[in-house]
Amino acid sequence: MAEITLVEAINLALGRAMEDDPSVVVLGEDIGVDGGVFRATVGLQKRFGPERVLDTPLAELLISGLCVGMAAQGLKPVGEIQFMGFIYPCLDQLVNHASRIRNRTQGRLTCPMVLRTPHGAGIRAPEHHSESTEAMLAHIPGLRVVTPSSPERAYGLLLAAIRDPDPVVFLEPTRLYRAAKGEVEDNGEALPLDRAFVLREGRDVTLISWGAVLKETIAAADALSAEGIAAEVIDLATLKPYDESTVLSSVVKTGRCVIVHEAARTGGFGAEIAATIAEHALSSLLAPVMRVSGYDTVIPMARLEQHYMPSVERITTATRKACQFS
Amino acid sequence: MASRRASEELPVIARFEVRRRNYLAPDGSANRLLPAFATDSKLLFALYRAMVLLRQFDRKAVALQRTGRLGTYAVSLGQEAVSVGIASAMQEEDVLVPSYRDNGALIWRGVKLEEILLFWGGDERGNDFSGPVHDFPFCVPVGSQAPHAAGVAYAFKLRKERRVAVCMFGDGATSKGDVYEAMNFAGTHKLPIVFVATNNQWAISVPLRLQTGSETLAQKAIAAGFTGEQVDGNDVVALRAAAAEAMAAAREGKGPRFIEAVTYRLGDHTTSDDASRYRSAEDVQAHWKEEPVARLRSYLVRQKMWSKADEEQLAAECHERIEAAVERYLATEPRRPETMFDHLYADLPEAYVAQRRELSGEHDG
Repeated sequence: MAEITLVEAINLALGRAMEDDPSVVVLGEDIGVDGGVFRATVGLQKRFGPERVLDTPLAELLISGLCVGMAAQGLKPVGEIQFMGFIYPCLDQLVNHASRIRNRTQGRLTCPMVLRTPHGAGIRAPEHHSESTEAMLAHIPGLRVVTPSSPERAYGLLLAAIRDPDPVVFLEPTRLYRAAKGEVEDNGEALPLDRAFVLREGRDVTLISWGAVLKETIAAADALSAEGIAAEVIDLATLKPYDESTVLSSVVKTGRCVIVHEAARTGGFGAEIAATIAEHALSSLLAPVMRVSGYDTVIPMARLEQHYMPSVERITTATRKACQFS
Repeated sequence: MASRRASEELPVIARFEVRRRNYLAPDGSANRLLPAFATDSKLLFALYRAMVLLRQFDRKAVALQRTGRLGTYAVSLGQEAVSVGIASAMQEEDVLVPSYRDNGALIWRGVKLEEILLFWGGDERGNDFSGPVHDFPFCVPVGSQAPHAAGVAYAFKLRKERRVAVCMFGDGATSKGDVYEAMNFAGTHKLPIVFVATNNQWAISVPLRLQTGSETLAQKAIAAGFTGEQVDGNDVVALRAAAAEAMAAAREGKGPRFIEAVTYRLGDHTTSDDASRYRSAEDVQAHWKEEPVARLRSYLVRQKMWSKADEEQLAAECHERIEAAVERYLATEPRRPETMFDHLYADLPEAYVAQRRELSGEHDG
């Protein structure tokens, strides 16, 4: 089986979902003839026609609001927001409508929609193209927030997101679109949502991460392993609702936890995980829970972005500190 | 001088016009030949009954609110013709996407009075309409429902269904990007959708002149590529006619229409508002001369179709229907607290099961 990139896996999943279910509609800016600015939707308009693969006007609020209306009418819309920095006009729709129309109508109307968007920095893009504000979305009851970190998980999780009866924001790691490669079988099999993936087992410390920065987290685990530190690496994958039991059983086993995320630290999703561990696994802890994150600054433009994002070195330093804590 | 000459020489590349529709004058006399449906006395009675019911229901709802048995409530006083006239032109399979003041449309569509009371009484079950099951619930964030209506209409078009989405909002909502984005998209794709702006002159305390510099709201449709029409919003015959025409066009694939219903909010914005803070009693009084219920009644009386006895009988019928609904509303068993989790997702994720259990008073082990 040939290896494909993460963005090709997204494309494969979209094509499969549209093939399997005529109610799946893909919409967004430049997603038709152009195939999307990252080519995630390339070829789909040719295969499924301009009615199901729809170039919208340049209006993000509209894209998210259309998805709500379409979904309530039985379609399965998959909207694309070109970059996460442009998702903010959609917040009204996500908070006030998508996430709660099921509850507001007591199940009479539902919202099986997916809103896909590239997530994170590291591609030397212009201003406002490097956001990782997932914690804000994970705060919204009724929503699912999912982020894959490999082609295989991108394929399986996107299929699951499209088939899910509730709204899902699907954050795609921009930096890994072409950098991450792997074998993906187009077998139509979804991966479970709400489940974390243990990428590597280890007894000494638990490293928890999601999205693009898993790349550095795994590299850090490799480096630490050469020093005799066996790190367990967890890809959280679904942030809302997140898989507490996989996290807790790992931390109970290792007694140490380092959370790595690209987003700013204050109010980041790492804080939520740290709080869960404090509530349920305090007596198992051998060291304080550590966070390696973006700084509490505005995400810098291209020239400084590398200094903002968690590096392998920052992760290994924090992990060593956790392991050396008496 | 030179620049004026230059501009005189510039060619006109587009011209637009906005028309205004009216049949019944404030005194109930006909301004012009009424549309064909107006010969159907049963339909006129139905429109009249619906407006009277709405006005009486509003009065009862306010009384319930003032006595602590209902939450904040938004009355339709003075603008009953809009929601009734528009809804009356819809087919059952069409989808209504209303604002929070469109009770009259929902009642016409078959939503039960006790469901409306439940909603304003703070119970989500009020939005679980037993009648038009595809209609959208009351929308409180102003204008944010417009993109939904466009999405609904897109679904109709994609599936080649002859159904129409009807999106209702107020004059304030026309200042929001949401509404314009939806209209722009609807125009682009010639969607089967009718936008209805109830221009009641007030967005809480802000008058129309501070809302827009536009001469009419109807002309906002022109920029989106379709026809906008201004309608006398106190003339239910005109509203019904404009809506029927717009919906027929939409059903035939001719694309969207925009109806600006010009009326006046005679009541407070809601039970939490005191309109005397921002407008004079004299101004309001002047508008009472144009209100829609008396207007249609005057027409019916002029036509010798309606008597004092009919009026009394109707009032009694409405009273009975409303009292029965209030009784059912007040007798509705409250939901158990933990049911707030039950429609959060299709299936409650494992992560929240413990919270639900905590609220229900059950404990682990």
